[in-house]
Amino acid sequence: MPIQYYIGLAVALFCIGIVGVLTRRNAIIVFMCIEMMLNAANLLLVAFSKMQSALHPNIPNAGIDGQLFVFFIMVVAAAEVSVGLAIIVMMYRNVRSIDVSFLNRLKN
Amino acid sequence: MNLAYLVPLFPLAGFLINGLFRKSLTKSMIGVIGSGAILASFFVSLVLFFQVKSNGGATLDYFNFISVGKLSIPFAFQIDQLSSIFLLIITGIGFLIHVYSTAYMHDEPNEHFGRFFAYLNLFVFSMLLLVMGANYIILFIGWEGVGLCSYLLIGFWYKNNQYNYAARKAFVMNRIGDLAFLLAIFWMITKLGTVNYYEVFSLTNKLTTTDITAITLLLFVGACGKSAQIPLYTWLPDAMAGPTPVSALIHAATMVTAGIYMVCRSNILYTMAPCTQTVIAVVGLVTALFAASIALKQNDIKKVLAYSTVSQLGYMVLALGVGAYTGAIFHVMTHAFFKACLFLGAGSVIHAVGGNQDMRTMGGLKKYMPVTHITFLLSCFAIAGVPPFSGFFSKDEILAAAYNVSPVYYWLGVVGALMTAFYMFRLYAGTFLGEFKGSHEEEHHLHESPKAMTMPLIILALLAVVGGFVGIPEVFAKDANVLEHFLDPIFAKSKALQHAHETAASTELTLMAITTVLVIAMIAWAWTKYSKWKESYNENNGFANVLENAWYVDNLYNAVIVNPILGLASFLKSVVEKAIDGIVNGVGYLVQFSSKKLRLVQSGQVESYLLTMVLAIVVLFLVFWNQAHVLRFLHKIF
Repeated sequence: MPIQYYIGLAVALFCIGIVGVLTRRNAIIVFMCIEMMLNAANLLLVAFSKMQSALHPNIPNAGIDGQLFVFFIMVVAAAEVSVGLAIIVMMYRNVRSIDVSFLNRLKN
Repeated sequence: MNLAYLVPLFPLAGFLINGLFRKSLTKSMIGVIGSGAILASFFVSLVLFFQVKSNGGATLDYFNFISVGKLSIPFAFQIDQLSSIFLLIITGIGFLIHVYSTAYMHDEPNEHFGRFFAYLNLFVFSMLLLVMGANYIILFIGWEGVGLCSYLLIGFWYKNNQYNYAARKAFVMNRIGDLAFLLAIFWMITKLGTVNYYEVFSLTNKLTTTDITAITLLLFVGACGKSAQIPLYTWLPDAMAGPTPVSALIHAATMVTAGIYMVCRSNILYTMAPCTQTVIAVVGLVTALFAASIALKQNDIKKVLAYSTVSQLGYMVLALGVGAYTGAIFHVMTHAFFKACLFLGAGSVIHAVGGNQDMRTMGGLKKYMPVTHITFLLSCFAIAGVPPFSGFFSKDEILAAAYNVSPVYYWLGVVGALMTAFYMFRLYAGTFLGEFKGSHEEEHHLHESPKAMTMPLIILALLAVVGGFVGIPEVFAKDANVLEHFLDPIFAKSKALQHAHETAASTELTLMAITTVLVIAMIAWAWTKYSKWKESYNENNGFANVLENAWYVDNLYNAVIVNPILGLASFLKSVVEKAIDGIVNGVGYLVQFSSKKLRLVQSGQVESYLLTMVLAIVVLFLVFWNQAHVLRFLHKIF
C-alpha cells in the first residue's frame, strides 16, 4: 500500500486528537485524545520503518529504529498517564468535578 | 607691591566670616570684622598708592586662569595710577559707609545684620577685583560680582515684594549690558587673540575701524547698563528700595562708576573711534538733562538723589565722549565724596524721622540735626558746582573740555548744571528749612544721629570741600592739576592722538564766571522759593506731572517690553503644561492602558493556554518547513 495512506491516516488521527484536546471539557477525554495523538505518531514511525525495509531489501533490519522508538513512546505515554490520572484525582478531591474549565485559579 | 593680593583678600575673609557665623557673632563683632576688613584694605591701598606714585604701575601675575589653545588669560592684577585711585576711593568710602551702617542697621536682628555686612564685604571684594584686574575677564568677574551684590542688597529686606521686583529689575538691566560687554570681549578675542590690557592696547593696529567702533560701542552699552545711562537707567531710582548705606555705596560711589572705569581703562580704543565718542557724548548729555528734569519734581528725598546720580553719571559719560578722561575720573572722585555724603545725610534724616522719606512732610530739621544739616549743605554746594568746592573744579574741567569740542555741548551742560543746583537746593530747603510739616509725634522724635553716623558725614563733607584742589585747572595756576599729572601714563597714548583745540584762557575764565553767577542765582531762587513751603508745591499739574512720573518711561518699558515678555512666558508655560506634560503623562497612561488590556490574556483558562500552545507549534512548524523562503523574506524587510 502506498505510504501516503498511512501518512493520511496518522495526520487525521493527530488532528482529531488536537481538536479533542482543545474542545473537550472532561479531563479524562482530554487524556484519551492525547493518547490518540501519541498513537498517531507511533503509526507514522512504524509506517516509515516498513517503508525503509521495503526500499532496502538487501540490508537486514533496515529502518528498525522506527519500531524501536515506538516502544519508548509507549513507555512515556504510560508514565504520563499515571501522573496525569493522579493529578485528576487530586483535582476531583478539591473541586468536586473534572471539568477543565473550572481550573482558572491562575486568573489575573 | 607684593601685598596687592591682600587688598581683595580682607573683604573676602570678612564676607566668609560674617556670612558663615552671623548667627553666633554679636552685632559689635560683626561690625568690627566688616569695617575692619575694609580698613585693612584701605591701609594696603595707601601703601600701593605711594608705591605707584614713586615707581609707576606694575602687573602682578598670579596663576594661569584660562588657557585654551592660543588663548591665555592669567589671573593678574594691574596696579597702576588708575587702579590705585579707584582702590583708595572704594576702600576709603567703603570703610566710612561700613561704620555708618553699624549704627543705621542697628535695629535689625543679628543674622540679618550679619548678612548685610557679609554682602557689603562681598561687594567691596568684587569691586576691588574689577578695578585691579589686568585683563577684561577679571574685570568682568568683578563686574558680575557687583551686579550680584547689588541684587542681594537692593532686595535686602526680602519680605517685601516691591523691593524684590526692584532688585530683579536692576539685575536684568545689568545683564542686558553684560551681554553687550561679552560680545565685545568675544570680538576682541577673535580679532586679537588676547584680552590682557597691555596686549590689547599695543595691538590696536591690527583692528580695522569697524572692529574698533563695534568693540567700543558694545563696551559702552555694557557701561550703560552698569552706569545707568539711557536707555538702561530705570533700575537706579527703583534701587532706592535698598537700605540707604547701600544706595550710598553702590549707587553713588562705586558700582555705577565701574562703567566709567572700564571706558577710561580702554581709552586708547575710544580715542581711535570718533564715531563712538560722539555717541557717548550725546548719550551722556541727554541722560544728564533728562534725569535732571525728572529730579526737579520728585518728592522722595532718595529718588531726588537717585536721579541726581544718573544725571551726574551723564556728565562723567559726557567727559568720556569728549576725550576728557582725567575730567571723568576727577568727577568720579568728587561725586563719590559729595554724593555719598548726601545719601548718608538723607539716611540720617530718614533715621530721625522714623522711616519717612517724603520731603513734603519734613522741613525745619535744621535746628534738630545740626551736623547733618551742615554736611548736607556743604555737599549741596559741592554738587551745584560753587567754587571753591570740589564739584566746581571737576564739573568745570568737563565743561571746558566739552566746549573745546562744541559750544553746544557746553551750553547744554550748563543748563544741566543749573537744573542740578535748583533741584538740590529745593531738596535742601524742603528738608531742612522752614517749619516742620509732619505730625507732632514725629517732631518729638527728631534727634541728631549717633556718632557712628555723623563722623562719616563730617569726613565726607570735608573731602567734598577740599577734594577739588587736586585738580586745579590751568587757567588758575600752571601745572597745578596734580591729578592730571598723576594719571598721565594711563592716558598718554590717547593724548598723542587727540588734537583738541585749546580755548583762550580769557574765554575760559569768562565762561566760568558766567556759569558760576548763573548757578548762584539758581541756588538763591530755589532757596527762597522752597524755604517757605506752600501747599501748592505738593500737587503737580500739567507738564510737572510728566516730570514727576519720570516722563512715563517706566510705563513705556512695561507696556512695550516687560508685559509682552511676561505674556510670552505665560503662553509658553501653558504650552509646556499642556503639550509637553501631556505627552509625558500620556506615555504613562498608554502604558497603564495597555497593561490593563494585556492582563486579560492570563485568564486562567486551561483551554486558552492549550490553544495558544497549539498555534505556536503550528507557526514554528511552518517557519521551519519554509525556512529558506522565510529567511529571504525577513532579509528583504530588514
